[in-house]
Amino acid sequence: MLSSQIYRLPPQRVLLRGPLRFPDIPWYNRCPMNDGELTPPIPRLDGHDKVTGRAQYVDDIQMPGMLHGATIRSTIARGRITGITFDPALDWSGFTIVTAADIPGKNEVLLLTKDQPFLADGYVRHHSEPILLLAHEDREMLRRAAMAITISYAEEPPCLDVRQALRPEFRQHGDDNTFHAIDIIKGDVDAGFESADLILDETYETGAQEQAYIEPQGMIARPAPDGGGVEIFGSLQCPYYVVKAVTHLLGIPAGELRVVQTTTGGGFGGKEEYPSIVAGHAALLALKSRRPVKLVYDRHEDILATTKRHPSITRVKAGVTLDGKLTALEIDLLLDGGAYVTLTPVVLSRASLHASGPYAVPDITIRARARLTNTPPHGAFRGFGAPQSIFALERHMDRLAVRLGLSPLEFRRRNYLKVGATMATGQIVRDDIDMHTLATTVYDRLGGAEREAELAAANALSPSKRSALGFAAFYHGAGFTGSGEERLASQVAARLTDEGAVEILSSNTEIGQGTITIFSIIAAKALGLDPSEIRVAPPDTARVPDSGPTVASRTAMVVGYLVQQAALDLAAKLAGKLSDELRTVSAESLRGEAFRRAAGQAVEHGWKVLGRSRYEKPAFVQWDETTYRGDAYATYAWAVYGCEVEVDTRTFEVNVTRFVANQDVGGVLHATLAVGQIQGGVVQGLGWALCEQVIYKDGAVRNTALSTYVIPTFVDVPPIEVLFAETPYEFGPMGAKGIGELPMDGPAPAVLNAIAKALGVEPEQVPCRPEYLMMLADAAAPVGGTRG
Amino acid sequence: MAEATIRFRVNGRDVAVTAPPFRRLLDVLREDLGLTGSKEGCGEGECGSCSVVINGELVNSCIVPVIQSEGAEITTVEALAETPIGAAVQKAFMEHGGAQCGICTPGMIVAAAWVAEHRAYGSDLRDMLAGNLCRCTGYDLIIASVDAAIASLDIGKSRE
Repeated sequence: MLSSQIYRLPPQRVLLRGPLRFPDIPWYNRCPMNDGELTPPIPRLDGHDKVTGRAQYVDDIQMPGMLHGATIRSTIARGRITGITFDPALDWSGFTIVTAADIPGKNEVLLLTKDQPFLADGYVRHHSEPILLLAHEDREMLRRAAMAITISYAEEPPCLDVRQALRPEFRQHGDDNTFHAIDIIKGDVDAGFESADLILDETYETGAQEQAYIEPQGMIARPAPDGGGVEIFGSLQCPYYVVKAVTHLLGIPAGELRVVQTTTGGGFGGKEEYPSIVAGHAALLALKSRRPVKLVYDRHEDILATTKRHPSITRVKAGVTLDGKLTALEIDLLLDGGAYVTLTPVVLSRASLHASGPYAVPDITIRARARLTNTPPHGAFRGFGAPQSIFALERHMDRLAVRLGLSPLEFRRRNYLKVGATMATGQIVRDDIDMHTLATTVYDRLGGAEREAELAAANALSPSKRSALGFAAFYHGAGFTGSGEERLASQVAARLTDEGAVEILSSNTEIGQGTITIFSIIAAKALGLDPSEIRVAPPDTARVPDSGPTVASRTAMVVGYLVQQAALDLAAKLAGKLSDELRTVSAESLRGEAFRRAAGQAVEHGWKVLGRSRYEKPAFVQWDETTYRGDAYATYAWAVYGCEVEVDTRTFEVNVTRFVANQDVGGVLHATLAVGQIQGGVVQGLGWALCEQVIYKDGAVRNTALSTYVIPTFVDVPPIEVLFAETPYEFGPMGAKGIGELPMDGPAPAVLNAIAKALGVEPEQVPCRPEYLMMLADAAAPVGGTRG
Repeated sequence: MAEATIRFRVNGRDVAVTAPPFRRLLDVLREDLGLTGSKEGCGEGECGSCSVVINGELVNSCIVPVIQSEGAEITTVEALAETPIGAAVQKAFMEHGGAQCGICTPGMIVAAAWVAEHRAYGSDLRDMLAGNLCRCTGYDLIIASVDAAIASLDIGKSRE
């Protein structure tokens, strides 16, 4: 049963300025599935190794006889390779050299499609595309070798603007360079516009964004010590993606490839699909040299070559009545896929499924397309298309509100989805959500009408500072889209170790978000144990079942539920053993001390006890992939974010001075980890909104350093106030829903809405840099400009 | 390339390293001395993941040529647990969410321990830690951790 209660914040409950300390972290009410009580969050279980510097990241690992690898890349955006020459002045005898001709299996990065080669074979489609691989004992020699290789090309015209991708001279994929197309149609949008009093039609753009995990990509591959197959150790999110891609590359069965995750220094999607390429390259070098090979990118190479967030162009046409009801939404969404398909179709799917926002609109048409350009491929990045389409719609909502003479929150209030309402795909909202309460709470936290009056007064007096509040309302679908989870059919196991401890076996990775701690909490709760009594096995494909990738805000919700089920199954199996030996024991009674005693008996008798679970689709989820109708996601997280910004009208520097993130993510499993997810995502979103700009020249990324690609520092962002509502999800462990990607969605529209209000201009793109704002302000100002 | 023998102290231990004089201190620490706690995030002194303390100064070891370490006293993350401030900072990071993926954490903790020791009354932790980048936390829980460490050591009180 879904809870019919809405959890509301007692008005005097929290005040949050400065550092967060338990129990200051604000709650609406604890989710009843969490016992309805506050328990102090446990310290993160992988914390000790991380704070002492003992945790082993891939670059920290040395192996006997290990070589270093390097990747030689294209220096043009598109063309035929006409020759490769090796300078005879260099002694090449100590080098292992791998080209496409050395590939024993298929030269295809097997993911959704097979269009991308591991190594360019005669033709390159983007700058920095891998062509050759080198390995040597001495990294200095690799640097020299890179300069002693000359690759010549017959260049062809690159497509560097996704709007031109349809032109015949750029054709490189299918008939018209279209990677994927999705149409979502609800009702009759023309009829919807007929009944509108006002129609607003505008276009919004977002730029590429670098994941900027602080640990660059890296892998070590070695021939398996027993002679057959290959072992891979590295920084990654999805071990079984690597298995799939690298076995295809090497032409070996899955059993001959072992993939082990090393401690991973951040992913954010950037280590979803790209690590398969690094792993494949390292494996090719290891097989040819018969030595372990370490292939670790430096920051320059990482920013230059790896995937980034898809740039987007979104046209939003909306019809409203004069009393502020949306009647029609027509959205044309175009994603720049870069040179190869990678995960673009799925990113496009998530973008289109979030494009109409948390609003009930009778008539909707969404046309989404992703096309090729000759830039390095774009791929997974936290939010996965949703931030792009949400940005466009939420900017548009504020502009509609202005036209209607309504406040942004009042206009939204008149249109929010509620339980029982129909979404764009025909999905009926099941979550008993109250978006307006989320919104008014944020508004109140920011000081409400009183603060808005103060800011207006201060703006009138200040010669150079303009401040305002801004908001965004949104949802984020948790887990894989549609039938994706059914196809994954994820499996988790829980076993008793020889010491009688419970070990969880899954392929989901700890990448900073807290998987180890969360899985321990869930299993401990299921068995009445302490989290310290649970072991989470390191993701090693020789040991763990495939529980799917660590992406899509699915790990805590979808896989966590399987952890709970596997733990309960373990208790049932153990009870079965006891029943055989002694008497009838119910699984339910095997909790806490009773479980410990039973586990002790199992150790004594040498019983192997293994619990298992496998994903089963909740019965209510119905999805038709071909028509894009039905339940796009089993559940959603819901949120309203708000901020206060101050803009300097001389420099157009934007300072975000307050930020409040209010969301319903179901049951919160661990307060500190949840707050950390939200704050980290918000700051990434602020970076995307204001400062993170990937600069391309002739299809190559030019700002390939952290001094030139600027991510937010301590002093660029305010404290992020985090509030949770907890409407439990019945198929999440302890009521939890997905949380990881949600916070990426709200900051950009909230901040740009505040800027729009502060300056009286309409910014339509992120990153929203000072030079862009200056241009807008100059265009809007009377002759003479804004700067006296 | 000509090599030089450079002598210095790391974490209280005398070492002699024979290396090209312009070899990065970070590489010497990680590869020659096996101290892999210090990390490379950017290689240009921007991210602070390689932070170490040299003669009492907080520096980025990726932009220090090893020759500059001659005769120096160097402290890396590996030795911090042995100091009261270092241990307090490490404990606070574990308890207050200061570490997520952990790659910036060793450098962040070296910087935080240095800041906890050297901060003046009224100084802003955010300003003092701004030389270290973190992509996971959004920074608040790092500030909460350092605050908690300072409070536990009573450093704040004695200075105020």
